[in-house]
Amino acid sequence: MSLLLFVLLALVALVGASGVILSRNAVHSALFLLLNFVVFAVFYIMLGAQLLGVVQVIVYAGAIVVLFLFVVMLIGGDIGPIRSGLRRYGRWAAVVSMAVFLLVMVLGLARSLPPDAPAATAPDAGSVQAVGEVLYTTYLLPFELASLLLLAGMIGGVVLARRYRSHTEE
Amino acid sequence: MVPTTYYLALAAVIFAIGALGVLIRRNALIIFMCVEMMLNSVNLTLIALAHQWGNLIGQVFVFIVVAVAAVEVAVGLAIVMAIVRHKDTTNVDEINLLKG
Repeated sequence: MSLLLFVLLALVALVGASGVILSRNAVHSALFLLLNFVVFAVFYIMLGAQLLGVVQVIVYAGAIVVLFLFVVMLIGGDIGPIRSGLRRYGRWAAVVSMAVFLLVMVLGLARSLPPDAPAATAPDAGSVQAVGEVLYTTYLLPFELASLLLLAGMIGGVVLARRYRSHTEE
Repeated sequence: MVPTTYYLALAAVIFAIGALGVLIRRNALIIFMCVEMMLNSVNLTLIALAHQWGNLIGQVFVFIVVAVAAVEVAVGLAIVMAIVRHKDTTNVDEINLLKG
């Protein structure tokens, strides 16, 4: 039952991922990306990480995809042909190199883990309480540094997106 | 119970699709989306392995990665907007101001 659910969701995730790179319209790409993110949230919950599943929906599906859609709205979604700047065989070179890359990764994975290794966690190991306890005690410093990074990113975004008047007045 | 290897294999496939998108697409927005997809597949790897070995460090790491990804998208999209105002294109082949 769980395996059947995994296979179905994995197919949906693959459709979403392929849709992102094959759509001609940026809005469609953003919506396929949303599909991919939501399926990943379900995977996180299946793996016992409830908090991260919810964070995935709020941050990725809620904030990041909406940000993408805002930018697409501002600059227009029609983006023309898929391969405008590549040389003749560039696309096939990319496909072949990624296929080899995938083969190397899968071979490495197949050797790194036994195929049916049992999972050892309790079902509520990723609850808000458990992750919060670790995050606010052992990993407090990285957590605070992440908040500093968010502040820096916010200031950077405001500065970059500001319209400079001085260029036109000079 | 789904074996952890299946999750890792799916994450590897999604990562490869994202990397392929970065290589074949020329639109800066689509390239950003593919980078987000690659970050997400690595997050799935971390969570699957945290589940496999029964500790929470992987989940804490994913938390930090999500924060970094949010910052990256905010700054990156601001850069895209600035470039569109300056050159009126999102094609990364035409964005060559730093090329000598």
